[in-house]
Amino acid sequence: MKYQSQKIALVYFAVAMGLFAIQVLGGLLAGWIYVSPNTLSELLPFNIVRMLHTNSLIVWLLLGFFGAAYFLIPEESEREIYSEKLAYLQLAILVLGTLGVVVTYVFNLFEGHWLLGKEGREFIEQPKWVKAGIVVAALIFLYNVTMTVLQGKKTAITNILLLGLWGLALLFLFSFYNPHNLALDKMYWWYIVHLWVEGVWELIMASILAYLMLKLTGVDREVVEKWLYVIVAAALFSGILGTGHHYYWIGTPGYWQWIGSVFSSLEVIPFFAMMAFAFVMVWKGRRDHPNKAALLWSLGCGTLAFFGAGVWGFLHTLHGVNYYTHGTQITAAHGHLAFYGAYVCLNLAIISYALPVLRNRDPYNQVLNMASFWMMTSGMVFMTFVLTFAGTVQTHMQRVLGEYFMDVQDSVAIFYWMRFGSGVVVVLGAILFIYAMAVPRKEIIEAGSAETPAE
Amino acid sequence: MREVMTKSMARNIFYGGSLFFIIIFLGLSFHSHRYIVTTSTNVETLTHGVAAGKKVWEDKACINCHTLLGEGAYFAPEIANVLTRWGVADDPEGAFEAVKGWMESQPTGIEGRRQMPQFNLSDEEIQNLTEWLLWVETIDTQNWPPNEAG
Repeated sequence: MKYQSQKIALVYFAVAMGLFAIQVLGGLLAGWIYVSPNTLSELLPFNIVRMLHTNSLIVWLLLGFFGAAYFLIPEESEREIYSEKLAYLQLAILVLGTLGVVVTYVFNLFEGHWLLGKEGREFIEQPKWVKAGIVVAALIFLYNVTMTVLQGKKTAITNILLLGLWGLALLFLFSFYNPHNLALDKMYWWYIVHLWVEGVWELIMASILAYLMLKLTGVDREVVEKWLYVIVAAALFSGILGTGHHYYWIGTPGYWQWIGSVFSSLEVIPFFAMMAFAFVMVWKGRRDHPNKAALLWSLGCGTLAFFGAGVWGFLHTLHGVNYYTHGTQITAAHGHLAFYGAYVCLNLAIISYALPVLRNRDPYNQVLNMASFWMMTSGMVFMTFVLTFAGTVQTHMQRVLGEYFMDVQDSVAIFYWMRFGSGVVVVLGAILFIYAMAVPRKEIIEAGSAETPAE
Repeated sequence: MREVMTKSMARNIFYGGSLFFIIIFLGLSFHSHRYIVTTSTNVETLTHGVAAGKKVWEDKACINCHTLLGEGAYFAPEIANVLTRWGVADDPEGAFEAVKGWMESQPTGIEGRRQMPQFNLSDEEIQNLTEWLLWVETIDTQNWPPNEAG
C-alpha cells in the first residue's frame, strides 16, 4: 500500500462482504420458497425476501465500487484521498440507511408513510429518507474523489471511473420522480435501472478492469487506456439507445421495437471487447503477478459478463422474441448470470487483488479463493441453464398455448429444485470466498520452519 | 490497433459519440413522453382514485411477487390483464367484487401452493386498486401480452 488513505477501502469491502452473505442467503431462502411455498409465508412473505435479496445485492455492489475507487484513485492520481473523515462519514450514512431498510422491510414499519415507509417500485423500494441519505452519501463521495483527482494526476482510468460514478449518482435522482401515470413511471424507472447496469456501470466496470489489467499483466498504460476508450465508447453507443429494448410493451411508441432491437443487439460488442481485452492483455503481458486468484476473477468477469449480459441478453432482446419471452424465467436466467459475471466477479476480482495490498501481505489462501470461484461460477452457470429451460417451457405453455400461470409453474417445478441445488453451491462458494479473504492462513508464512511451535 | 487509432482519437470518439447518442435519446424520450400522455394512455380517466390505487400496489410491494406489464418478480401471475383474465374488465362493479373476493380469501394456506399475504385492505382501498387496474388495462401496449394468460 503506497498511500495511507487507501485503507479506507478495507472497511468498504468488509461491509460489502457482509451484505454479500446476506444477499446469497436471501436468494437461497427465496429459492427454497419456490420449491416449498408455505415456508414462512405469513412471517416473511416472498416479496420481502426478494426485496432483501435484490437490495442487498445493489448496495454491496455499490459499496464495492466505492471501495475500489478509494483503493485505486490514490495510486492513479498519485496523492492521498482528499478527506478520510468524509469517506468514513459516507460509509456511516450508507450503513445507517441499510439497517433502516432492513428493519423497515422485515417488520413492515410505517407502511404507506411518505417519508418513512417503503416505496414499492422494484429495486428502489427504499423509504424516501434512505434515498435522500444515499444522495447525500453519493455527493460526499463524489466531492471527495473529484477533489482528489483534480488535485492529482489525471488518467483515463480515473476519468472514466469518475464519469461512471457521476452518472450513477445523477441517474439515481430519477428515483424521486414517481408519476401517477404507470407508463411514464416505467419509462423513467428504466432511466435508473437500464442506464445503470447497461450504461454507467459498464464505465465503472471497464475502468476497474483496466486498472486490474495494468497491475496484473504489466502491459503499457497507453495500450490499456486506448482499449478502455474503445470499450466504453462501444458500451455507451449501444447501451443508451439500447434502453429501447425495455420500451416495447409499456405504452411507449412502436418505433422503439426497431431501435431497441438494433442497438441492444450491439450491446454484445462492449462485453465481447472486455473479454477480448482481458485475455489479450494477459497474453501480451510479461509480468508474472503472484496474485493468480485476482487474475482468475478478472478473466472470469470478462468471460461470464460476455455470456450472461451479452449472449443471454441477446437471446431475448429482439422484439419478435421478447413478445413471447418478456417477464418469464428467461429474464430471471439472464439477470442472474449478467449480474454475477459483470458486477459480482468484478468486485470479487478487485477485492482479491486489493486485500493483500491493503494488509501488506502476500496473497494467501489462493487455492481456496480459486476453488470459491469455480464453485460460485459452476453453481451460477447451472442455475442459468435450468432457469433458461424453465423459461423456455414457460414461454411455450403460457405465451403460445395460453395455459394459466400457476399451472405452468407447477409443471416446471423440477427446474426450481435444480435451481435450489445450484443455489446451495453458490452460497457455499460465497462463504468460502469470505473465509479465504478474511482469515489468512498463518502456516503458509511459516512454511519450511516446521520446528517453530504453532501459535 | 496502434496504427489505426491513437489514444486521443479514441477518447474524442468516445466523448463526441456519447454526446451524440445522449442527444438522440433525449429527443426520443421527449417524444415518447408526449406520446404517452396524448396517445397511449388516457390522462382524463387517470383520476385520484386511480392514483390512490397505484399507491396501494406500491405500499404492499406487490411487484416483488407479481409482474406488471411483464416487469417485476416472476413468482406470481401478471397483473396488467388480470381483470380481462377474470372476465370483468368491462364491468367495474364485477371487477370490484372479484378483487375484493380475491383479496379477502388470502392466504389460502393450501399446502404446496404459493401464498399471497392478507393485506387487510379497506373497501375504499379495494375500490381504488380496482380503478387503477381498470385504468392499466387501457394502456396501449402494442398488443402485449400475447394472450389472457398474461
